[in-house]
Amino acid sequence: MEKILMKGNEALAEAAIRAGCQCFFGYPITPQSELPAYLAREMPKRGGVFLQAESEVAAINIVYGAAGAGARVMTSSSSPGISLKQEGISYLCGAELPCVIVNIMRGGPGLGDIQPAQSDYFQATRGGGHGDYRTIVLAPASVQELVDLVYDAFDLADMYRNPVLILGDGILGQMMEPVVFKERPARELPPKTWATTGKMGRQKPNVINSLYLDPVQLEEHNRKLQRKYQEIEEKEARWEILNGDDAEYFVVAYGICARIAHAAVEMARQEGIKVGLIRPITLWPYPKKAFEEVLSRAKAFLTVELSCGQMVEDVKLSVDGRAPVYFYGRTGGMVPTAEEIFREITKMRGHS
Amino acid sequence: MKMEVIMAGFGGQGIMLMGEILAHSAMLEGREVSWIPSYGPEMRGGTANCMVVISDKRIPSPIISSPDILVAMNKPSMDKFTPTVKSGGIVILNRALIDEKPARQDIEIIEVDASGIADELGNMKVANMVALGVLVGRTGIVKPETVLKSIDYFLPEHRKNMIEINEKALMRGIAEVKK
Repeated sequence: MEKILMKGNEALAEAAIRAGCQCFFGYPITPQSELPAYLAREMPKRGGVFLQAESEVAAINIVYGAAGAGARVMTSSSSPGISLKQEGISYLCGAELPCVIVNIMRGGPGLGDIQPAQSDYFQATRGGGHGDYRTIVLAPASVQELVDLVYDAFDLADMYRNPVLILGDGILGQMMEPVVFKERPARELPPKTWATTGKMGRQKPNVINSLYLDPVQLEEHNRKLQRKYQEIEEKEARWEILNGDDAEYFVVAYGICARIAHAAVEMARQEGIKVGLIRPITLWPYPKKAFEEVLSRAKAFLTVELSCGQMVEDVKLSVDGRAPVYFYGRTGGMVPTAEEIFREITKMRGHS
Repeated sequence: MKMEVIMAGFGGQGIMLMGEILAHSAMLEGREVSWIPSYGPEMRGGTANCMVVISDKRIPSPIISSPDILVAMNKPSMDKFTPTVKSGGIVILNRALIDEKPARQDIEIIEVDASGIADELGNMKVANMVALGVLVGRTGIVKPETVLKSIDYFLPEHRKNMIEINEKALMRGIAEVKK
């Protein structure tokens, strides 16, 4: 199949069209602007709708409307813009509307900078908006995986009637790698009988809503959501383990950080250190099973992030006190070198 | 086989395109490749750089801390990146804009008047292809005919008239190291 050299942002946009995305609503922000720029050019030609909204808040609310009408819909932004969308994301979760939200993270807090970061992990996995809700969070580590996960994101959103977040970073969005757009068999998805597309002869109209004034009803609604989240946790966790078969030490990293950590693990292997890499692909649900597989032989874990320490909390929850968990992070748009991570690996071995 | 390249210069010198063409032609020859641009708040006349990794295997990190090869199209780029080049590595310098040599003795330094040759060919903008020619001629990392295919791939329809001069620039660069 033909390989194309593409930027992450543009490959993501192309994959969305091929995955059947009918509408895109967004507002430009570096470092993800190539994504809406690509869709602005391509969507109208290919039967889709592209609209640059007046703000991020408007964009996420147009997503709510389009999703409610049953369309495959996407929005994208970068960290500060994703913060603006949080109210809408909470409403989308409350009303159980499927959509795909892309966050190509940059340095924060506040306006921060435009360099790569992973400091929106808490926001993505804990919910930056209000209420007891969850979004599925996918964390690709290469341009090819970005493409493959876009198809999965739309399918998962439809399967579970839930927003799906794709969490990338500035490097992943800007970098070019070869990609293949594989033909994929269409997944069987539930028909959107709930969409507000007219009564079509039904007695009762469909209503899209997240307001339940009766607390009895709202508790019941929350219990239903929690059952769904539990099912997602049981079925949808994904991860990759590299150099893990005989490993006694593990580095845990996701996204672009996992790529650099992989290089560090290979350096350590050359020095005879038995170290492997756990790369979560879903950040929620968190792949706890990956840890269960290795805990019997793991002497210590090292979490590496482009943040001051966020995913490390999930690593600690997964390890559950059965081995020491160390952390190394760079922040503000700074990216660790493989050598830096290698040094942390040797320190981890020295400690335990 | 794994080769890590940093290319750097002024914005407007075609640094990004030079890297894209190298990565693309290596991809056409069946290699794994990655390309990362610097994407700070840059502008024409500011500094720009990109990182290209070419490998026979899955590329762990696309981020390079010490390159095998540096292509420096101006002095600030030479000053910034020469200390990071691997021992035994290669530095290709655009002599037209760099009037001194790095002090390091453990690397191979190739000076080429990329801007001068480009000017002689009739367009200063093809200095990047002269430098790329030097890289290709010295390392043999990709075949010249594959690079020509990639040049054709990247030039948009309304710039196809530029193919010939880009080809000439590339071949002049290759000839420079075959002397």
